[in-house]
Amino acid sequence: MELQFLGIGILTWILFLPVAGMILILLIPGERIQAIRITATAITGLQVILAAVIFRHFDRGIEGINSIEGFQFVEQFSWITVEAVPWFGRIEIFYFLGIDGLSVLMIMLTALIGLIGAISSWTITKQVKGYFALYMLLITGMMGVFLALDFFLFFIFWEVMLLPMYFLIGIWGGPRREYAAIKFFLYTFVGGILMMLVMLALYFSVAVPDPVTGELVHTFNLLHMMNPAYYVEGSLLAGVDTTWRYVAWMALFINFAIKIPLFPFHTWLPDAHVEAPTPISVILAGVLLKLGTYGLLRISFPIFPDGTMYFMIFMAVLGMISIIYGAFCALAQDDFKKLIAYSSISHMGIVVLGIAALNTQGMVGGVLQMFNHGIITAVLFLMVGVVYDRTGKRGLNDFGGLANQMPKYTGIAMVGMFAALGLPGLNGFVSELFSFLGAFEAYRWIAIVSVFGIIITAGYILWTLQRVFLGKTPEHLTNLKDLTTRELVCFIPLVILIILLGVYPSPAIELMNTSLSYLVQVVTVPAY
Amino acid sequence: MLQLSLLILLIPFAGFLILIFFGKRLPRQGDWLGTSFLGITLLMSVFLLISKIASIPGDTLSYSFSWVIIGNPDAGGFSVDLGVMIDNLTVVMLVVVMLVSFLVHLFSIGYMKDDPRYSRYFSYLGLFTFSMTGIVLTDNLLMMYIFWELVGISSYLLIGFWYEKKSASNAANKAFIVNRIGDAGMFIGIMILFIHFSTFSFDAIFSGIQAGDLPFQSTAWLTAAGILIFCGAVGKSAQFPLHVWLPDAMEGPTPVSALIHAATMVAAGGYLIARMFPILTAEALLVIAYIGAITALIAATIALTQHDIKKILAYSTISQLGYMVMALGVGAFTAGFMHLVTHAAFKAGLFLGAGSVIFAMHHALHQKHDHKTDAQDLRNMGGLKSRMPLTYWTFLIFTLAISGVPLTSGFLSKDEILAGTLAFSSLNGHYLLPVIGFVVAGLTAFYMFRLFILTFHGKHADESRVSDLKESPFTMTIPLMILAGLSTFVFYSFNPFAASGGWFFSAIERPLSLVPEALQPASAEVFAQAVSALHTPALILSIIIAGAGIFGAVWVYQWKKTSAVQISEKFGALYRGSFNKWYFDEMYQAVFINGTFIITKVLRWFDETIVDGIVNGAAYVFERFSVVNRWFDEHIIDGLVNLTALGTGVLGKVLRKLQTGKIQHYLAFVVLGMLVFYFIII
Repeated sequence: MELQFLGIGILTWILFLPVAGMILILLIPGERIQAIRITATAITGLQVILAAVIFRHFDRGIEGINSIEGFQFVEQFSWITVEAVPWFGRIEIFYFLGIDGLSVLMIMLTALIGLIGAISSWTITKQVKGYFALYMLLITGMMGVFLALDFFLFFIFWEVMLLPMYFLIGIWGGPRREYAAIKFFLYTFVGGILMMLVMLALYFSVAVPDPVTGELVHTFNLLHMMNPAYYVEGSLLAGVDTTWRYVAWMALFINFAIKIPLFPFHTWLPDAHVEAPTPISVILAGVLLKLGTYGLLRISFPIFPDGTMYFMIFMAVLGMISIIYGAFCALAQDDFKKLIAYSSISHMGIVVLGIAALNTQGMVGGVLQMFNHGIITAVLFLMVGVVYDRTGKRGLNDFGGLANQMPKYTGIAMVGMFAALGLPGLNGFVSELFSFLGAFEAYRWIAIVSVFGIIITAGYILWTLQRVFLGKTPEHLTNLKDLTTRELVCFIPLVILIILLGVYPSPAIELMNTSLSYLVQVVTVPAY
Repeated sequence: MLQLSLLILLIPFAGFLILIFFGKRLPRQGDWLGTSFLGITLLMSVFLLISKIASIPGDTLSYSFSWVIIGNPDAGGFSVDLGVMIDNLTVVMLVVVMLVSFLVHLFSIGYMKDDPRYSRYFSYLGLFTFSMTGIVLTDNLLMMYIFWELVGISSYLLIGFWYEKKSASNAANKAFIVNRIGDAGMFIGIMILFIHFSTFSFDAIFSGIQAGDLPFQSTAWLTAAGILIFCGAVGKSAQFPLHVWLPDAMEGPTPVSALIHAATMVAAGGYLIARMFPILTAEALLVIAYIGAITALIAATIALTQHDIKKILAYSTISQLGYMVMALGVGAFTAGFMHLVTHAAFKAGLFLGAGSVIFAMHHALHQKHDHKTDAQDLRNMGGLKSRMPLTYWTFLIFTLAISGVPLTSGFLSKDEILAGTLAFSSLNGHYLLPVIGFVVAGLTAFYMFRLFILTFHGKHADESRVSDLKESPFTMTIPLMILAGLSTFVFYSFNPFAASGGWFFSAIERPLSLVPEALQPASAEVFAQAVSALHTPALILSIIIAGAGIFGAVWVYQWKKTSAVQISEKFGALYRGSFNKWYFDEMYQAVFINGTFIITKVLRWFDETIVDGIVNGAAYVFERFSVVNRWFDEHIIDGLVNLTALGTGVLGKVLRKLQTGKIQHYLAFVVLGMLVFYFIII
């Protein structure tokens, strides 16, 4: 399937539109704040339109994962070619984009959250130009990770994303922003180095015969790395179930676990969330965390099926710990943002639990949970942003009785919080259901213990609702205004999705069903 | 019929949507809309009941559609289907739900008149009715769970309806979280069945088990699945040990207590057990029977000593739910389900009657600007008979019904339950069950008449306080009269002393047990024989015991022959235990709530100090290292660099001497260099 505008593929459009936007923003004089905001919103809006076009034209029946024929809207050009470098041989790096059922939902999520984040960024008043320029770059970085099928390209976007995030937290953040930003940076950077080492090891282990000369050429092509036939005899990662392959799996896993974040690699998240400005929290929890689980599914699972099978219980246990531990920690918080940060850890644990089941329903549940958590947590962070903008406070005990004072806000917040609680009829329930069903089939007891997380979740959600929204409105809150139109514009699409996917999740599940069942096969049925 | 049942499901939901978005803008805030919607669905479900039972009593109709497809259904994947089904159980339950819901809507028009969130209230009622209907109509476990949670959230919203009060929002949280504990068990039970059968449908799971295909090929897992699903009922039907939420739920408006926390939602547990009955093993059923019996006893003993009119009714509800659960557990299927239906009518009536009293008290006290006196406390009542005659007489009928006096509906079902427990013990030797059953019957008669006498008879403690007290308006008394009518025997059986000949017993039959033979409870025939042999003794005994209970209450509270205070002092420890609800709340507070908070505090400390400490520690080590590194860099590496630089400098100085600027010298160097080169290569 090819889709082009002006001779340029749709994936390149959706990927580099924000870069174009960044250049445009940099050209606008810094004092014309409104123009900058409108540009950023328009660009991210265009991305949403492109995502909708992709949704319309995406073929639900194609598998993807490890064959180029399975990918859609593919664009592959030789990007960097260096002939005969000593040691390396011929280096070939491809600009290689494509989507399948695994990435398509993430593209939609990134585009949508990108737009919502841009609209909610209108409240930023400090150095607006710089902010939006970095914001645009961030979107490209995230989009690129989801689109790249060349490991080198994947790595580049992975690192590209890091820098704007660092500055967005470090400059526009709260009082302890420098600490949070550097912590975020170091954590992810360490992970990045591990990933780079694995990438190089894979590069030297995989070689593909040149179609013309027949000469063996090393490659960064992810799809080739998934094919055991391309591994060079005697190379570091050749073979099955070797120690080095396990080490490589673990190194990749740590990198992705930091991003997810899984216990015990999670402590950067609460700090980053607390200090980040609202829209950046939305992006961080809404999209960035999904890169971790996406990386596992895109890279670790199909390239190292042996390692994945070997470590699957380990993964499931970490998922379980994250679910319970995150929920307990959330219960102990009195800062609204920290509470949501820990709830994210808990909810991302469900993703890991689901995908570690290595069966179709668990996988579908996990990936759907990635999307759903993105939507729900965006609502939750926007929700905190609303009261933080009005009062400058976000302690759970600083509020009370908002239900009478701000009825619209309360209604929307309740939908978001009930979705996080896993209430049937809202989207969170569907993905949790399938994740648990998958996990239960694979590891009965781990799933049973994890189910108790939903009780604790009910506890912290309802307690938060009570403290913030119920009760009498205290004197100092009686002049709070209900949601503005701009805020409603941010919330409403998300709330509609929460309800829609809760009642009828099929459109989302159909997108990924074929690819994910195939991925399960790829991992569990060895090709050798 | 199926289309009709879908309409019955969706009309209340439409009402919810309209009222939540536009309620405030409608005339009268849309109360007429919610009420008339329920009137329509009531008529529909009555029509459904009659046509189902009259024309096709033996059939089960069902309709389902594929909701989600996971994987390839032809190759290891599955389709998750949602659907509805109609059998006799469904249609009876539908009428119960719609009837009580309609009457409560009607009652609420008066009761909630001046509430600032009047339309919100009616929209929540619509949401509840929709969710409850979903539970009734579902043909699969997934929808059961979905609507199970949805009634939970409607209950949460309505208990916490007056959320300005801290006690109300606390009660709402408690209700939801305690229910979640039961639901977690139910969810695990559902997972066990689903993973094995790849379907949620009752029909498919049942026929699988009938064919001898057990979850994980193990009878233990089958029993476990049954008990775990029953956990859902333990939560929702407030069974021991999760019964603690229901008394607190009385913080909600009284009509809500009648609808949700007496007649319908809490009875959903009974409905769930009835639905799952075919696959419950004898062991699972025994657990269920004992849980029911323990619950019935605990709650009845607590109800003896409470002062709050709604709290007493709440404990009596728990106790009666225990009866139903026990009945289903011993295999008295029809009796248990019948008690669910009769209890729905008279308990809804009791709550609405109490609502009528509270409403009248509240207004009377309001007239006197008295906001201190508790309008729900029995000690502030008495002598209301003459002021509220309609409420009085209907309340009397409900009290007789719950006490199990002949000619009432309660007598019919309770008598059958007691005969059932007797029969069960004669077959299996579990004599504790009938003993508890009869004791609770006596206690029930006693505490209900205590409530009745203290409210309506005697003299008011302070006449001047209630001089403005008057009967409630017709929207409130009409529902009472309808429910009072429905609490008589004629609607269930034309024989006032035996339910077994009536339409109910022929329409609702105990389903066959489908579990492997060795795990089955005593078969329906054997059980029925035992029941018919013991029916007459049970009947006589239950009349005597109910009479004794009533007499005791009249003796103490009406004739005041023995002072209640003296009795309570005589049984000091027991009295305090009962009055303090056997300290369940305190125990749970100390163990579970405080335990949870300790865990959360410890984990928070662990997270911030240990996990993050390691991170920060590592960062610190690296920082120190970098300081050392910097010294190393500045002094050693840079030293070397500087040394090199120095060397280069010296060399430069030397070489500069060579740069004379004269072309001849350069040429000479070039020639010299070439010569050197030449000799080296050769």
